[in-house]
Amino acid sequence: MAQAAATVFRGLSGLRQWAAHPRTGGMLALAAVIALLPLALSNNYFYEIAILVALNAIVCVGLNLLIGYAGQISLGHAGFFALGGYGSAIPSASHGWPPWLALPMSCALVGLLAYIVGRPTLRLKGHTLAMATLGLGIIISIVLSTEDRITGGPDGMAVPALALFGKVIRGESTWYWICGAALLLSVWLALNLIESPTGRALRALHGSEIAAETLGIDSARFKLQVFVISAVFAAIAGALTAHYAGFITPAKASFMHSVELVIMVVFGGMASIFGAVVGAVVLTTLPQMLTALKDYEMMVFGAVLIATMVFFPQGIVPTLGRRLGWGGK
Amino acid sequence: MRFMTSIRAFRRNGALALAGALLGGGPALAQEPIRIGSFLSVTGPAAFLGDPEQKTLEMVIERINAEGGLLGRKLQLVAYDDAGDAEKARTFAKRLLEQDKVDVIVGGSTTGTTMAAVALVEAAGTPFISLAGAVVIIEPVKKWVFKTPHTDRMACEKIFVDLQARKLGKVALISGSGGFDKSMRGECLKVAPKYGIEITADETYGAADTDMTAQLTKIRASGAQAVLNAGFGQGPAIVTRNYQQVGLTLPLYQSHGVASKEYVKLSGPAAEGVRLPAAALLVPDLLPGNDPQKPVVTAYKRDYEARFKTDVSTFGGHAYDGLMLVVNAIKRTGSTDKAKLRDAIEATRGYVGTGGVVNMSASDHLGLDLSAFVMLEVKDGNWAMVK
Amino acid sequence: MHSQWLQYVASGLTVGAIYALVALGFSIIFNASGAINFAQGEFVMIGGMSAVTLVGAGLPLAAALPLAILAAVMVGLLLEKLAIEPARHADTVTLIIITIGASLLLRGIAQVLWDKRVHSLPAFSGDAPLRFMGATVLPQSLWVLGGAALAVAALSWFFGRTLFGKAMLATSYNPLAARLVGINTRAVLFASFGLAAMLGGLGGVLIAPIAFTSYDAGIMLGLKGFAAAMLGGLGSFSGAVLGGLLLGLAEGLGAGFVSSAYKDAIAFVIILGVLFFLPRGLLGAGRSDRV
Repeated sequence: MAQAAATVFRGLSGLRQWAAHPRTGGMLALAAVIALLPLALSNNYFYEIAILVALNAIVCVGLNLLIGYAGQISLGHAGFFALGGYGSAIPSASHGWPPWLALPMSCALVGLLAYIVGRPTLRLKGHTLAMATLGLGIIISIVLSTEDRITGGPDGMAVPALALFGKVIRGESTWYWICGAALLLSVWLALNLIESPTGRALRALHGSEIAAETLGIDSARFKLQVFVISAVFAAIAGALTAHYAGFITPAKASFMHSVELVIMVVFGGMASIFGAVVGAVVLTTLPQMLTALKDYEMMVFGAVLIATMVFFPQGIVPTLGRRLGWGGK
Repeated sequence: MRFMTSIRAFRRNGALALAGALLGGGPALAQEPIRIGSFLSVTGPAAFLGDPEQKTLEMVIERINAEGGLLGRKLQLVAYDDAGDAEKARTFAKRLLEQDKVDVIVGGSTTGTTMAAVALVEAAGTPFISLAGAVVIIEPVKKWVFKTPHTDRMACEKIFVDLQARKLGKVALISGSGGFDKSMRGECLKVAPKYGIEITADETYGAADTDMTAQLTKIRASGAQAVLNAGFGQGPAIVTRNYQQVGLTLPLYQSHGVASKEYVKLSGPAAEGVRLPAAALLVPDLLPGNDPQKPVVTAYKRDYEARFKTDVSTFGGHAYDGLMLVVNAIKRTGSTDKAKLRDAIEATRGYVGTGGVVNMSASDHLGLDLSAFVMLEVKDGNWAMVK
Repeated sequence: MHSQWLQYVASGLTVGAIYALVALGFSIIFNASGAINFAQGEFVMIGGMSAVTLVGAGLPLAAALPLAILAAVMVGLLLEKLAIEPARHADTVTLIIITIGASLLLRGIAQVLWDKRVHSLPAFSGDAPLRFMGATVLPQSLWVLGGAALAVAALSWFFGRTLFGKAMLATSYNPLAARLVGINTRAVLFASFGLAAMLGGLGGVLIAPIAFTSYDAGIMLGLKGFAAAMLGGLGSFSGAVLGGLLLGLAEGLGAGFVSSAYKDAIAFVIILGVLFFLPRGLLGAGRSDRV
């Protein structure tokens, strides 16, 4: 963890050289989109979609680090998302904690849990890891649903609004800026991580774990780092979602939700931060656009998914990037 | 990089345009239609609720429009499927309020999806008639939120009253893990002491479970004199079959959530003697000739079954009542002003619906009492009323 | 007391046999393609729902059941041709997403083609429960157990004694080597989907009388079947059956002795525990990876 912090500081000091870096272009573009999008959002419903996209994108950026760069699969990340939400909701709703305190505490606790759980789990590979993360997610969702005295049970619980510096955060417009800023921050952190020695170690790991280890890379430590970071990203998004929506339900920890997140990452493009964002955009807005199809929506969604993965097997952004001749995005 | 930005902008504008086209509906009408918004669980674990609800809303609105509409305007149904997911329900509620600008919302198949929309309708000042069961929806009373189905607490009380009449005081509970089940279980545990009922066992099963013999075996050993299955969906049918399989002969009560022919069919001969509270809609032929509900439920049952070629459902009945409450309010006030509608709905007195006779007030946004339930028993594969 | 825990065991074995049949399908496709087929549960659903439709149309059970299984096989083969084969060189993760898309597609079609209600089939040999030392078991459960056992026996014979079966096994060990000796690996992949769909469809018709069926019955079954296959060892047939039975037992005993609310969580904790010590599952063959 200290390694990652040092990495971030190194990045900060190299800001000047950074300006000319090709990746900065992507950050600026994203910032521009976030800044200009409100011109196209004509009512609160569109703001809501934009907010949900941003929150999903935060989870996906973290999950992409795990799946795309570190090559580890997680079918239970919704569990961290939900724990982040409940971890902030329960203290602030039932024990009078101020949300601005409960939120970071919750994310830190989820990070700790990911650390404890990750150590034995990440020794597993491939499908076994998939099964282990799946099982974890399901156990979390069962506990959240069953302990109804603490969590409100399957129908969920109400979550008090977030208040910063005494002001209650209300209104889609305010939340939009908060989530947009959070998204920018997570993308920046993720890009930083990839450029750092940790990131290079990850890419070596993804290529061949055994070869990387023979080069002296402590694969277990790096995998754990990324696992924890991606869990914290999910927890932050979960907590923000809970305070924004004003409620949270155990369905947020469900296997289906974990699957949705993985689909967003793979669809948008693995090992591509902006791919993760694109994946979140498309897969959050697509169901809204398909509502007119009513009974046929599930069918069409499934068909679209199949077709996209068949024609864009690397995900949209990398495949498009290759076709259009962009290098190394 | 600019390319990426413009793709995103295009996608956003394209999405807006597409959304506008898909949402726009039919050709422009001379007069603005009255927009009835709805979010229902048409697919997913609560499809048993949402599907008949949507069908009912469509059928009744079509009929009203064929007869000339309301106040000279057509009714337009804007309905979304939340698949039982509370967050999707919230997003759709926001869409109905902000984008589709509906006049009133009749929806929310489940308690979870209903509660997700409560804050939004309160903030937007739009009347919302929920089709979900839990008592928490109307207790405490919320200004803009009403509901038509009997509460789960009422179901518990109706069953406990019947148990008292049969002098059975020790009851075992078995319930599923879904919201409906847990909520009803909670209410039953709360009101049991009031009726002198002792709960001897409290077992649960998963919504998709296929065998409950283990739980029933524990129940048999608990000294219960009767069993109450607070459940919904396919679970209760499996419980009923397993009940017969393990040889339990104690009286078995089901919830109003399985008040349907389908439950009887799925449970087979094991359903003989099972009792449950239900709306009069299920047994129009058994109602006495002077029962005010008889014409209403007979007509609705006939229309629904003729149109959709499938058994009528009490949940569809709740949607019917919800819509009719709105329609009557619009007729009474002669306008679609939201505040006026809300007041008119709250002032509903003596509305005879499929669920019972509704008398609302400022402190009662449901308007039904225990007499709105009838206690039914399965006899020879059919419903019989318990006197 | 004696009859109590015996009933828990009977309950567990009943659901366990169901999981076993689903798990077998996972193992077959994993052997052929290295991917998890998240649409396996849907094959089960198609078998069950087709049988319900055919019986409802008036066909006798003896005719409806094989036709329903055939329907599942057709769907499996179509799926392979249209969705899997075009992407057979893609990453495992991509293939997994494709099968997830397939499961959504199949569920969406089922929803429109049939309906959203729950359906049941008549039991094959009646509903009278069989009593054994105080515990009861439905005759249909024996059909399910028998079906699973028969499937394992048939698969062992097929893979051990027939040429095509051995070719499929060879492909699962080393696809490149198999191609080099002239095995048509594309046909193997095609056949394995058909085979997995057949097993799924068989499971679907066997369990519909006791577990019912509906357009979304495949979700939970697929999940538990996958967990069972992992527990027993992905790729091993006896492992799939063992994993299924153990998973069912864990649920039944967990519900009986610990807590019925947490029985699924208990079962998953046990699975995770096993996997931490035996990552390949109980009977999974140790695979070596090339560096």
